[in-house]
Amino acid sequence: MAILINETTRIIVQGFTGKIGTFHAQDMINYGSNVVGGITPGKGGQTHLGLPVFNTVKEAVNQVGAEASIIFVPPAFAADSIMEAADAGIKYCVAITDGIPTQDMMTVKNFLRRFPVEQRMVLTGPNCAGTISPGRAMLGIMPGHIYMQGNVGIVGRSGTLGYEAADQMKRLGIGISTSVGIGGDPINGSSHRDILEKFEADPETKVVVMIGEIGGPQEVEAGIFAKEHMTKPVVAYIAGLTAPEGRRMGHAGAIISSAGESAAEKVAILRELGVTICPTPAAMGETVASVLAKL
Amino acid sequence: MDIHEYQAKEILSGYGVKIAEGGMAYSPEEAVQRARDIGGHIWAVKAQIHSGARGKAGGIKICKTHDEVEAAAEALLGKRLVTHQTGPAGKVCGRLYVEAGTDIAKEMYFCFLVDRSSERIVMVGSAQGGMEIEELAENNPDAITKIYIEPAVGLQDYQAREMAFSLGLDPEVMSHAVKTIKGCYRALRDLDVNMLEINPLVVTRSNELVALDAKMGFDDNALFRQQKISELRDKTQEDPREMAAADRGLSYVGLDGDIGCMINGAGLAMATMDMIKLAGGEPANFLDVGGGASAERTEKAFRLVLADKNVKAMLVNIFAGINRCDWIAEGVVEAVKKIDMKIPLIVRLSGTNVEEGRRIIAESGLPIITAETLAEAAEKAVQARNEAVAKEAAQGA
Repeated sequence: MAILINETTRIIVQGFTGKIGTFHAQDMINYGSNVVGGITPGKGGQTHLGLPVFNTVKEAVNQVGAEASIIFVPPAFAADSIMEAADAGIKYCVAITDGIPTQDMMTVKNFLRRFPVEQRMVLTGPNCAGTISPGRAMLGIMPGHIYMQGNVGIVGRSGTLGYEAADQMKRLGIGISTSVGIGGDPINGSSHRDILEKFEADPETKVVVMIGEIGGPQEVEAGIFAKEHMTKPVVAYIAGLTAPEGRRMGHAGAIISSAGESAAEKVAILRELGVTICPTPAAMGETVASVLAKL
Repeated sequence: MDIHEYQAKEILSGYGVKIAEGGMAYSPEEAVQRARDIGGHIWAVKAQIHSGARGKAGGIKICKTHDEVEAAAEALLGKRLVTHQTGPAGKVCGRLYVEAGTDIAKEMYFCFLVDRSSERIVMVGSAQGGMEIEELAENNPDAITKIYIEPAVGLQDYQAREMAFSLGLDPEVMSHAVKTIKGCYRALRDLDVNMLEINPLVVTRSNELVALDAKMGFDDNALFRQQKISELRDKTQEDPREMAAADRGLSYVGLDGDIGCMINGAGLAMATMDMIKLAGGEPANFLDVGGGASAERTEKAFRLVLADKNVKAMLVNIFAGINRCDWIAEGVVEAVKKIDMKIPLIVRLSGTNVEEGRRIIAESGLPIITAETLAEAAEKAVQARNEAVAKEAAQGA
């Protein structure tokens, strides 16, 4: 099962023929993802990496049945590409691009909300490492080999910290159903809560690990969702214990700007909501193992 | 990116917001000249630093004579002002804004923000001005009005009126209030503003609505399309190390501890710093070297971390995805040799080509301490730091 993507998902790459798009498209193909083509406006009709190039996402949907898309388009044009994918009927889109203006993301989110829920494209990112269902498909830029297939779902803002979690689990023989990067920007396609909801509905996922950080309301919203609507245990780690207030820690979204946004506050609230807290970032694997052992 | 009050006022005035007459000064003589140009009998001499709460820090002086203006300017120029927003290092005042005194009848708070929960612009106002919004939110949350703006249609007149009435404004100033509020919103949309705060917004005794202070913060991601705004950057207001890092495509935040860090990815960087703290140490910095850590970039990152003289030990933690551990290892070895590093270095590599990376470190002959896991890396870093400090103390004695 897994969530969002599997071995049959028909994937296209937006920004296909560029250097970054080419590199990661090849990497995804090598992993076994079902990449069926790509988009580069003006290069339609050409062949790249042995796959068809289209001018528009609509053409890709009509001609090769594209269902999912990954975006490597530069920040100034990325919002437009996301909206094009949504309008063409793409079901799931990962935006890798880092540096999309906040107002553009507000426009994107507003655009997506115009679609009825059942037709609305799911967007994760921007500024993320993507999504992987180990052993099935990779729609992202992560090192696929560090993920073992299994029953734990991961949702996190950070790329490399997500790798760290997957690696700790692999060392303990724990595999992953799907790992989803939601990105480090203040306004992103899907929230922690949105992804928890998908994991709750996935029969293969037994436990979910949420890797959050300082800033913003999403971890707490997810905790409330977990308490009210989830039967599966949620394990969380919140990065940024040492982060000072008002200083942006790399991610545009990682800034403590109002009450309840520090790591200590988020941890206290999540604990109260029944979420199992990883005491240290080095204990993500062990904590998951102990939760799994109790099932 | 933040800008100064005088810059924000100039922008807003172009959008129909009324401001008091004023001018810039870089010296006491200029300040007096500005006061003469403005005329009248009362002036505010205001330190231009990128921070709110300047008044409490002594950064705003009300003057009744030209001599007082001169004295105020002398006192403020070159002065380091510390507010709760600047951090303990404070910010140095290099520019002044001299403004005509305003006869205040009523002070209010007003701002626009990006609200992350609703993913919309929210307009926030309170009839109780002059206070920091944080205090107000804590002490008297009912006194705050929030109005969310539908992005597709933008701010509507009725919303501006609703805000104006909740600020307790008279019907006589209503049309100007709507114009002011809508002008702020247009500026925000046109210029990719993340935060626009007017605190206080005042009604004068002659019943005019005036922005007495103005603060604007811009979306860094949008500066590529805001050339004019980018030019307003005042580098003296930014941490030189953070700026040097940004120029090199690195993300750096200086902190108070003494264990230097170089990590790839913001989340892993924060987690590693947490781990250092949990192991009993204090990180000296946040440093995300990003995805493509070339040898050149690695060397720059090392120099940046080591430029902080408090650093007693340095921890490198790389989880290679697109990167490769062997490339990182080569970069680290090269940097250590080139810089002639004197303090202990702890390196933890993981991910793509890790075996090869570890081999390069081991065969380099350099006294690099290696670690396999995050916990081990942090413990070894704290231990190395403690030994270095003990050694220093022994030498001192």
